[in-house]
Amino acid sequence: MTETVTLEVTRYRPEQEAEPTTQTYEVPFRKDWVVLDALNYVKDRLDGTLSYRWSCRMGVCGSCGMMVNGEPKLTCAAFLTDSLPGPIRVEPLQFFPIIRDLVVDLTDFLKKLKRVKPWLVREKEKPLAEGEYRQTPEELDLYQQFSMCINCMLCYAACPVYGLEPSFIGPAAIALAQRYNLDSRDQAAPERMEILAEHGGIWECTFVGECTKVCPKNVDPAGAIQQYKLASATDWFKSLLLPRGAR
Amino acid sequence: MSGPVRYTLHHPKWYRRPVSVWWWLESWRYAKFVLRELTSLAVAWFALLALWKVRAIATGPEAYAAFLTRLQSPFWVGVNAVALVFVLYHTVTWLNLAPKAMVVRVGGERVPDRVIQGMNYLLWAAVSAAALWVLERG
Amino acid sequence: MRRGITPLLWTLFSTGGTLAAFLFPVHLFLTGVAFPLGWLEPPSYEFALGLLRHPLTRLYFLVLIALPLFHWAHRFRYTLYDGLKIKHLTLLIVVFTYGAALAGSLAAAYTLFWCVP
Repeated sequence: MTETVTLEVTRYRPEQEAEPTTQTYEVPFRKDWVVLDALNYVKDRLDGTLSYRWSCRMGVCGSCGMMVNGEPKLTCAAFLTDSLPGPIRVEPLQFFPIIRDLVVDLTDFLKKLKRVKPWLVREKEKPLAEGEYRQTPEELDLYQQFSMCINCMLCYAACPVYGLEPSFIGPAAIALAQRYNLDSRDQAAPERMEILAEHGGIWECTFVGECTKVCPKNVDPAGAIQQYKLASATDWFKSLLLPRGAR
Repeated sequence: MSGPVRYTLHHPKWYRRPVSVWWWLESWRYAKFVLRELTSLAVAWFALLALWKVRAIATGPEAYAAFLTRLQSPFWVGVNAVALVFVLYHTVTWLNLAPKAMVVRVGGERVPDRVIQGMNYLLWAAVSAAALWVLERG
Repeated sequence: MRRGITPLLWTLFSTGGTLAAFLFPVHLFLTGVAFPLGWLEPPSYEFALGLLRHPLTRLYFLVLIALPLFHWAHRFRYTLYDGLKIKHLTLLIVVFTYGAALAGSLAAAYTLFWCVP
């Protein structure tokens, strides 16, 4: 009967060290505990100086993403029982700069997300008198999967291309671009296509597929990217073969 | 400090973990990905083998016979057997991943991946059988 | 609206990969394993030449050789970038990969359309 579990947690205190170190904590084992519970136990009872992000503790806010035994996971969804007998390595999300302990800087992702205009764009807004935008269930189905993204960035931590190529815009940004492209109310698909066909866009992706594997909300960003490549290639051939007026 | 303040993203105290050139050995999933990518070498190999064969046929009966004999050596059989394993890995991974790029909708609903994969495998079997039939007629 | 030729290169990669996926296993099995080991009889020279004389067969082989070579070129280029982290040698890599694919395709076209008696 396991009584305790060992956590090996990355510590990084920029004011006192030049490189991250590892600190070990013994936490009680409870079979219904997740890694986040263990971290909260450390913070409450063992070491109040540990810094990490968390919020909803139920897998909808996307705050608590970290590397658990080398795999990107939401710590609120990573049960201790799955990692027995331990020790369990808890490290900051891969491929992002570490600010302190388990906290990483997300500015790169936020800037890239903004570039794809993740909001409904219309040439002209419908006047209020004309009523609301209506959408059938079939139209909703076209993009709903991609709308489930909670911006947890596990996909970025899993993507080797993001780790190797700093300009790569990344899986979640592309999936969210596609979410709006496929929304019947949106009219900016050509604009987003231009943005994503640039350097650092969809063509950097080599379909590793890890992003989809680690996504906790089944968004399938890899699928979004491959569909986008096909659409972009089709568009390229169309612009080559058909005169502008005919398109 | 003179002049306007410019904020840059590079904060000197943030720790940026270097990505090792051996990143693909860190997990079995990454390693499998690299193996999948390396199948392109086996694909290029067979393209060259086909070119070699076509050149032999174009040259004449002695060249064709020499080509067939050459391939019987244990070395070439070994090379081609290994290449075949890689080509099969290419086929399986390719046919399995094809549904991701093609969204097929029938009657307002998306056709499940499994159905498209199944159809891919059937097509593969049919095409292979056809090629086998054509080549075995002589 | 044209943004470089990456979409074209990706299309070549895709079609080459699809052709290779469907046709290479059977062809490589026959040519590299079954015929040499005597499991099946290889076609006679007369039959092979007769097949090759047909314009459709020649087109078939051209496509079977050229497109998968471009599949290799595109894929291997990115494998070198990510696997060996040599993206700074991009010009060299691009010239080597696509150049080799082009050379192979031209050699195939020449053999198939100029050299078959």
